[in-house]
Amino acid sequence: MISANLSALFYLVSGVLFILALRGLSSPETSRQGNLFGILGMIIAITVTFFSIGNFSTGLILVLIFITLGGSLGAFIAYKIPMTAMPELVAGFHSLVGLAAVFVAISAFLNPNAFNLGSPGNIKLGSLIEMSIGAAVGAITFSGSIIAFLKLQGIMSGSPITFKGQHPLNGLILVSIVMLIFLLCKTQSTNLFWALLIVSFLIGFLIIIPIGGADMPVVISMLNSYSGWAAAGIGFTLENTALIITGALVGSSGAILSYIMCKGMNRSFFNVILGGFGATDQSSSSRNKEQRPVKSGNADDAAFLMKNASSVIIVPGYGMAVAQAQHALREMVDTLKKNDIKVSYAIHPVAGRMPGHMNVLLAEANVPYDEVFELEEINNDFANADVAFVIGANDVTNPVAKTDPQSPIYGMPVLDVEKCKSVLFVKRSLSPGYAGIDNDLFYKENTLMLFADAKKMTEDITKNL
Amino acid sequence: MEIDPFIFRLSIFILSIFIGYYVVWSVTPSLHTPLMSVTNAISSVIIVGAIIAGLASNSESIFNISSIFGFLAISLAAINIFGGFLVTQRMLAMYKKKKKDK
Repeated sequence: MISANLSALFYLVSGVLFILALRGLSSPETSRQGNLFGILGMIIAITVTFFSIGNFSTGLILVLIFITLGGSLGAFIAYKIPMTAMPELVAGFHSLVGLAAVFVAISAFLNPNAFNLGSPGNIKLGSLIEMSIGAAVGAITFSGSIIAFLKLQGIMSGSPITFKGQHPLNGLILVSIVMLIFLLCKTQSTNLFWALLIVSFLIGFLIIIPIGGADMPVVISMLNSYSGWAAAGIGFTLENTALIITGALVGSSGAILSYIMCKGMNRSFFNVILGGFGATDQSSSSRNKEQRPVKSGNADDAAFLMKNASSVIIVPGYGMAVAQAQHALREMVDTLKKNDIKVSYAIHPVAGRMPGHMNVLLAEANVPYDEVFELEEINNDFANADVAFVIGANDVTNPVAKTDPQSPIYGMPVLDVEKCKSVLFVKRSLSPGYAGIDNDLFYKENTLMLFADAKKMTEDITKNL
Repeated sequence: MEIDPFIFRLSIFILSIFIGYYVVWSVTPSLHTPLMSVTNAISSVIIVGAIIAGLASNSESIFNISSIFGFLAISLAAINIFGGFLVTQRMLAMYKKKKKDK
């Protein structure tokens, strides 16, 4: 058994190691080392907890068994999961953090003696407030992440689910959460504690169902942030520095990512959270239905254009992930490079279903990360490029965002694809994108539409090169 | 008058939010997915609370409602810790620079 002061110092050390783990991610070279810092921090925190309890009885063996059980399942998932399923995985993991926070809070509420928080029915007021906030946020994280997971996995429809009186209902539930916490602190009633958890699960479910599939980058980041705040709430209850530091780090990290994602769509956070985007705009697209001429081509035409180009910019989007076309794409690019054609990749901040989704997929396909550029880095290069190859992206290339103030996506930063000498647009049909609006790019003089599955088309082009 | 220890914890919390703010802004956008999976893994340090809960049994029996919730939380957090760090490592291993000699 080690003293509380000593273990607090060790918790501080693991907190610092977690900061270094995030710091490492500032560049791919330092990131692997950063991850090791994170692992070390976790080992220190767990070991110190064992020593501070000092109860090396049968309980310890049980703890180790449960760690091994959970750990092997986690390791198995980590090795098996395809990179395209990363958004689902992260959503699933968030739900586990949320649920773990709920369980710890329940345990602390039922047996406060173990945590030095007082006795059942007579828990210290401060601890009770911290505990109920941690539990409520944890429950919201859990049910919200489950919905996000189901939507990403396609088990649940990605389209927003809205109903009349949705916002008043949510508002009412939020007020009742505050009321329940207040009453709980007054009465210390176990029933109120369960009621608080149930209502929190419910609101987590309700706030995610109206949010559409392509808003998932914001949702995942937001839930990331929530899982951090839940951990911090529990950290306050347990008076544990490592947990407080980590909770704050994760909370602000998720908040920043949500902000970046919202900015990438030129929408306010509240606009995303209130949901319904994409459902209401479907009708407005029908007025654009008059037939406009489109030039379409085949793999042969595309190969011809690319062979004669000296520089090509690839614009990947979520469709590439769906078609699993990243490996085929890289083979095509390899062939282009053999012909001395300069190739780079342009990634929009909200391409894919989570922040950085496209970068991971390209890295998986062995694309060197110094050929992959962010929107601001590459947007000026489109004017000098010969061919833009748009694969699976749509709204993020729509010039309407710059020209038509009526458009729902007006003001959203977009890739200046139309400035290229020619644009190759791989798409299965002319159907509008997620925002429900027509893409002007389809009808431009210099655009050649390639109607096919992204993977198949890319393979065919490679054959023709 | 003595300062409530809560104030110290609150100070740590607030300062950590600021640290998080600056550290996360310096994360390169191409690593945002690994950032999410690693934050996932580190927030599972909540396992510390779960272990205390699991071992907090009274002398009569190892299993009571409180410790069972503790054990459940341990398993959940362990899935996240192993899963989160390993998947992050797997992703980071894929990020390679252009080979100079080609």
